[in-house]
Amino acid sequence: MNHILVANKVSKKYGGHTALQNVSIEIPKNSIYGLLGPNGAGKTTLIRIINQISFPDQGEVFFEGEPLKSEHISQIGYLPEERGLYKSMKVGEQALYLAQLKGLSKNDAKQRLKYWFERLEIGDWWNKKIQELSKGMAQKIQFIVTVLHEPKLLIFDEPFSGFDPINANIIKDEILKLKESGTSIIFSTHRMESVEELCEYIALIHRSEKILDGKLSEIKEAYKKNIFKVDVGTSSPNELLDQLKGNFKILDAVSAGNQLDFSVQLPGGNSSDLLSFLGSKGNIKNFTETIPSANEIFIRTIENKSFANE
Amino acid sequence: MSKLHLIIKREYLAKVRNKSFVIMTFLSPFLMVGMIVLISYLTKLNDNEKRVIAVLNESDFFSNEFITSESTSFVKFRDMSLEQAKDSTMNMGYYGLVYLPNESNLETVSQRSFFYSKEAPSTNTLERLERIFKERLKQERLREFGISASEYAEMDSEYELNISTFDGEHNLKGINEIKAIIGGGFGYLIMMFIIIYGGFVMRSVIEEKTSRIIEVIISSVKPFQLMLGKIIGTSLAGITQFGIWIISGCVLLLVSMSIFNIDPSDISKGGMGPGMGNAPNSILESADSSLLLYAQEILDIPWVLLILFFVIYFVLGYLIYSSIYAAIGAAVDNETDTQQFIFPIILPLMLAIYVGFFSVFSNPHGPIAVGFSLFPLTSPIVMMMRLPGGIGEGGVPVWQLVSSILILIITFIGIVWLAAKIYRVGILMYGKKPSYKELVKWLKY
Repeated sequence: MNHILVANKVSKKYGGHTALQNVSIEIPKNSIYGLLGPNGAGKTTLIRIINQISFPDQGEVFFEGEPLKSEHISQIGYLPEERGLYKSMKVGEQALYLAQLKGLSKNDAKQRLKYWFERLEIGDWWNKKIQELSKGMAQKIQFIVTVLHEPKLLIFDEPFSGFDPINANIIKDEILKLKESGTSIIFSTHRMESVEELCEYIALIHRSEKILDGKLSEIKEAYKKNIFKVDVGTSSPNELLDQLKGNFKILDAVSAGNQLDFSVQLPGGNSSDLLSFLGSKGNIKNFTETIPSANEIFIRTIENKSFANE
Repeated sequence: MSKLHLIIKREYLAKVRNKSFVIMTFLSPFLMVGMIVLISYLTKLNDNEKRVIAVLNESDFFSNEFITSESTSFVKFRDMSLEQAKDSTMNMGYYGLVYLPNESNLETVSQRSFFYSKEAPSTNTLERLERIFKERLKQERLREFGISASEYAEMDSEYELNISTFDGEHNLKGINEIKAIIGGGFGYLIMMFIIIYGGFVMRSVIEEKTSRIIEVIISSVKPFQLMLGKIIGTSLAGITQFGIWIISGCVLLLVSMSIFNIDPSDISKGGMGPGMGNAPNSILESADSSLLLYAQEILDIPWVLLILFFVIYFVLGYLIYSSIYAAIGAAVDNETDTQQFIFPIILPLMLAIYVGFFSVFSNPHGPIAVGFSLFPLTSPIVMMMRLPGGIGEGGVPVWQLVSSILILIITFIGIVWLAAKIYRVGILMYGKKPSYKELVKWLKY
């Protein structure tokens, strides 16, 4: 069994509004899976269906090959985007309560909490009330509570919101460690740089439909346009540019002093012609293929989709 | 430990540890007992005020009728004009002056007599004076008719019609009211409990929404479990609070009564109309003899059954109303938005109490009483008012009781189902101020 979770043609309607339309995703085990999409696309609806907070009108969801049922709740950890804790409850008590609701025994929960509290250096907060803590501190507690019962599948919805950069890094490292220890992770966010950093797989949901999914590296490969960025050192950059324009599709170019920087689109990604041409004309300082960022892919796909619909 | 158990425990502890809850729990008995002590003390104080009334009697028909009593004393003026008498009354600081002119017959004297006072006289004083005149007029008539006082006393005999049911069970007059008051007490308890703790349930739901913990929780438990746990936990906290109130209230009342030396019957006397305190002794004596019968009647009330049905009606009624409260809490974002939904809930409760007090008291088995004791939103209160009259013959017919409970159970299932649906959708809705139309839409989600 290679997939921790499979959703098969899941649809969900709220009144007249369609929140999800035939969405199928497959989340490989032991990976970080990015669930992307603009606001209101249906990400949260899908996540709530996985958490059995709401149920699909059509389609089915499988957890480790079995149809999703209530026993799986203890195997899933969920950090919602709209999150919070009881303000007037003490940190320790609250964490114990939430852990017990996920099926941990009181003793187990206590031991694991101690471990996590030490690990994230929050040992002396046990008897503090949430309302006495800063937002970032409360978010740390929230994170611990989410992962405490060591679920097989973790779902993080915008996990870094509310954290300063230092703590965001700590949490990012913890997420990576969890992945290393065998946990599968669904990661829903707008922050594309963290997608780039963390996700192996992504799915893009737009207007209730999945419009793109797969391995991030493969998607990038598919989305690249054979554009190369080249910096050449030469005594006469303008002459070189004219020569290049006759033979290749130059997209844009900047010449400064003894250097010419340009980007070029090469049919079929074949760079040997250009390299041999340039080899005799100057000194190649930089020659890289431009791979589209997740952000570019995100924007481009959604724009294409929107045009196609209009 | 099951999840429901965990939720109940948390809700209970969260409630009883809450500072304002603790303060209310321990302060309320003091406030209530303090009020009772204050009222009875003031009543006593009021009675102690002695009024002095001057009497200027120029007639020949009155002599010793103005008898000084505990609360009023009379001072007789002689040989002065009305003006002088008025001046002296004012100067002496008396309460007022009764003036009886010199006329040829008693009727005219009575008609032309006046009471002068600085301010409008109290009804108590007026009634007292009027009674003196009435008594004197009556005596005069009796003398004219040639009837002696003892003959008159024999004529004026008390009579009460004996009442009984067809199977020969004797009833006492007014026992229906006493029974209805006992039932009303139970009904009132149910209403208060629903309003206070239903409100707590609602606020607790709103708190979970505003603190945004709700989605964290319902990714672990079903919304229905959370709602049920919340309702049960809050009501257990409520029962704890009520228990503390009743016990500490009784203890405090006894202690303060003995400290201030107040007889509890003073309070009930004070509460009655002005004439009642001065009731002739004969009536009091007959009341004493029938008191035993009343006590017997009250003991005959089927207490075990009554308490059993109280528990049934209390639990079902409270669950129905508190699940509506929970649904309201889920539908809104803050407490100020709840007003439009709260009113329709309070309405049937109020209606039940008023219908109970007006129509069940006068006729516990009339059509209105029967109707409201079957209607599920009022039946817990109205039926509790009818039940002290007994079940079966002479009391609430068995079919009414059974169908009332059945209707209540069916309504309970229906309302909880609807409320759970609204709750499930509502807790995840933020920033919407819902209308009734919106709520109906949620039922279809």
